[in-house]
Amino acid sequence: MKLTRFRAILSARNREFVRDRSALSWNFLFPVLIVIGFAFAFSGESINLYKVGIIGGISSDTGGDIKKALTKEHPFFQTKHITFIPLNNLEAAIIKIEKHQLDMLFDIKSRHYWLNRESPSGYILERVLFGTANNGPDHEMSLSLPFTKQEVSGKQIRYIDWLVPGILAMNIMFSALFGVGYVIVRYRKNGVLKRLKATPLSAFEFLSAQVVSRLWLVMLITVAVYIGTDLVLNLPMYGSYFNLLLVFMMGSISMISIGMLIAARTTSEEFAGGILNLISWPMMFLSGVWFSLEGIHPLLQQLALVFPLTHLINAARAIMLDGAGLLDIAPQLLTLGLMSTVLLVIGAISFRWE
Amino acid sequence: MKYGRVYMTFIIEAQNLIKHFNHVAAVDGVNFALKAGVCFGLLGPNGAGKTTTIEMLEGLIPPTEGNIYFHGKKRGNDFKEHAGIMFQSTALQEFITVKETLQLFTHLYPKPADIDSLIDKCALSEFLHRDTTKLSGGQRQRLLLAIALINNPTIIFLDEPTTGLDPQSRRNFWELVHDIKAQNKTIILTTHYMEEAYELCDEIAIMDHGKIITRGSPEELLAQHFKSVVLQLPADEIDIDTSQLPFTLIRNAKHMEFECTDVNSALQLLLQHNIDLTNLRIRSHTLDDLFLKLTGHQLRT
Repeated sequence: MKLTRFRAILSARNREFVRDRSALSWNFLFPVLIVIGFAFAFSGESINLYKVGIIGGISSDTGGDIKKALTKEHPFFQTKHITFIPLNNLEAAIIKIEKHQLDMLFDIKSRHYWLNRESPSGYILERVLFGTANNGPDHEMSLSLPFTKQEVSGKQIRYIDWLVPGILAMNIMFSALFGVGYVIVRYRKNGVLKRLKATPLSAFEFLSAQVVSRLWLVMLITVAVYIGTDLVLNLPMYGSYFNLLLVFMMGSISMISIGMLIAARTTSEEFAGGILNLISWPMMFLSGVWFSLEGIHPLLQQLALVFPLTHLINAARAIMLDGAGLLDIAPQLLTLGLMSTVLLVIGAISFRWE
Repeated sequence: MKYGRVYMTFIIEAQNLIKHFNHVAAVDGVNFALKAGVCFGLLGPNGAGKTTTIEMLEGLIPPTEGNIYFHGKKRGNDFKEHAGIMFQSTALQEFITVKETLQLFTHLYPKPADIDSLIDKCALSEFLHRDTTKLSGGQRQRLLLAIALINNPTIIFLDEPTTGLDPQSRRNFWELVHDIKAQNKTIILTTHYMEEAYELCDEIAIMDHGKIITRGSPEELLAQHFKSVVLQLPADEIDIDTSQLPFTLIRNAKHMEFECTDVNSALQLLLQHNIDLTNLRIRSHTLDDLFLKLTGHQLRT
């Protein structure tokens, strides 16, 4: 391996990436837009879980505050985490109950309520209605329970705090898979690789430069997006930044290795694009970027362990949200390291210039 | 010791080169040996095996059978350091400038040429800081030639270097190739243009169906295959039955061409038939004619 050749290819690839403004801005904007979108969507003080329609019963002097207007009607209407929606047309509202668009419906004047027998939310709301019948919603329940209440006072994690490590990891995945896989296939197709093959450059030197170039660019972007997101959302960080960086780096290497393996022999950009999508989409949905894998089918949980993204996200969340140390995330780091080594070796051995 | 005695005078020698793709012979027994400093042209219709032959010589694809010797020895790993290659179609990395491209390739070779003199030689200074994707056809070919020369090669492969260029750019490119020849470098060139082969090549080989069908200097080949000259007249000025004339006739859409060895008696004969000779043109046979005669193909089809 000649360092001058490696450096020449590395610097040319870095220049290409930095000057390709559209690709560069997409790499930065994509995660930022997703994080901002979700932060905005879940920005309320609390999350309302149920929707209850109200027909009549709202007087003008309450200024449209429906909970205030219903103070005297029943303690149920003061329950937290329920959205009360004023409605005029009873028939239309009943159809909404039928279609699960509303969980419960009250007609204040006629003193009726409706719910859908099929709706779990309706069932729960009715239980709440009964429960609040003799108690104010904010008061301690005065019934004598055979259990004593204990409150958890630990750290509060917002959904967005839980989501950010997943979004960062997903961005690493897309950037590494397409930035290495797709680009090498394009080089092969348009003859860039053929031109390089005619020089003393070795495949190892070429591939190392591609890996290193993408690795530091992906890390740079991830750090920048993390800092930007932290400034806006004040992310929780219970672990070490060094460990987080290490996890993101190992994750990036494993994703780049997948990209390299796909690009090792493929000559068609369309085929490479198809394969990359075939890999990235299941990985995005089964690795727990958007929702927790708790409760999904055990087989799918096992399948998710095949994806490096799962290990990357698990380790990143463990560090950020649970303060996991290096020993705690060692299994994930080892798995990522092993996956990368195997993929890189197969990719490098099977690589063809043409 | 065989090499030292017999081959050392040749810079490159191809011995019985055969290349099969899926059991089809693209190159079927090509032999030649070149002395240092010659410009050798490989001509042939599309699919004749020119590019496959040149790519085997470049070391890009291995021959199915046969041997290639460089300075009398089998090519080693260092052949790439001595060979300059200009491909028929190749893309350069995007988003880097002409100068950065040259610097990139400079760093890939152990003993690169001086970039400034290459820039000067290939007239690249005007667009040195332009993105490689924003070059005209002629500028691009000059850059690709500069890259082919960047390792100061002793042997240079040019695969259809002027295809798609306008006549002016083509002539400019020829000037550059003349300069390279003047430095006693060996050039192996494939081309579709007979005029280009005639202008640049000391020696040509015409290929068809994977074989070399004839070989020699352009002048030798023309002298060997043609003893006649060609008389050309507009077709609509001849209203006699041409089968009465004792010439070999070639007719195309606009012109009628007669091959003859004795111009004086041919002209007298045409006058006797009251044919107007005002628009008569007399030309020598060209490599195009030779090509057509040998392969039955028009070269550019």
